[in-house]
Amino acid sequence: MTSSYREGAKRLAILTPAAFSFGAAFGVLAGTEGFDPAAAIVMSATTFAGAAQFAAVTVLEDGGTVAAAVAAAVLLNLRYLAISIAIAPDFEGSRPRRFVESQMIVDESWAISQVGQGRVDRRVLVGAGLVLFPFWVGGTAVGALAGDVIGDPARLGFDGALPALFLALLVTQLVDRRAKLAALAGGAIALVLIPLTPPGIPVIAASGACLWGLRRR
Amino acid sequence: MSEAWAVVLLVGAFTIAFKGAGPVVLGGRALPEQLSNAFELLAPALLAALVVTQAVGSKDGIVIDTRLVGVAAGVVAILLRAPLIVVIVVAAAATALARLL
Repeated sequence: MTSSYREGAKRLAILTPAAFSFGAAFGVLAGTEGFDPAAAIVMSATTFAGAAQFAAVTVLEDGGTVAAAVAAAVLLNLRYLAISIAIAPDFEGSRPRRFVESQMIVDESWAISQVGQGRVDRRVLVGAGLVLFPFWVGGTAVGALAGDVIGDPARLGFDGALPALFLALLVTQLVDRRAKLAALAGGAIALVLIPLTPPGIPVIAASGACLWGLRRR
Repeated sequence: MSEAWAVVLLVGAFTIAFKGAGPVVLGGRALPEQLSNAFELLAPALLAALVVTQAVGSKDGIVIDTRLVGVAAGVVAILLRAPLIVVIVVAAAATALARLL
């Protein structure tokens, strides 16, 4: 392990209690929705993206169809397609290696590995993802298997901590005027669309705010 | 196959493909400058949207509830330059407290 992987692991370490807790919250929620523990754990290990997992389970909970649940989660995760294309130049080595390392892309690992110009330090990202993964999956397992003991995740305030987490990550991104304008536009687009569109759409549409960057520097 | 497993497998397959697409297909090639200028703004735009949707979003449109108390507490912690974990714990605690009252 080079120092760079370790740097990613170090930076992500402070987030592991939160990842474990969110994972547990997801496990509990999935359990109340009739997911058997194995399904919840497999979802955390393969999808490895909190917001989409919560969205999918919530849609089923509200009586939505499988198609609606999948659509909500896929729309939320479309940002990973944009991110993976954006940071593709930072990945190197053989194809299988690039594939495996790319699975460590999550909001948190991506946010803390930024090096400016929309690029990332791949080693920091992978190191961070590798640390996050066992806490996320382990938390899910604990929540799914011991849900009755933990109780309602909302009671513990997880839902209020999530926007605060994204806000703290956002603040580190506001490096210049363009970034601030993009954030304002993205937030405004989401706010306007929340009452008008199904969950998932506002976040995808907000990513369109970055197209403004095509114009010029 | 149960509904749960169908959702798990489909969402997992899509997400794995999304994450892998760039690094596997494009590899180490550099992007056109214009495009990377745009992608540079993806982080602030998406994070701001996530803040908004997580703070006031719901399946029934905009809902103002105790989550905003958590966000407000988080803002104070951020302004005081608290570490990330403190921001999260403070926001969660404030949300839970407000819900109890």
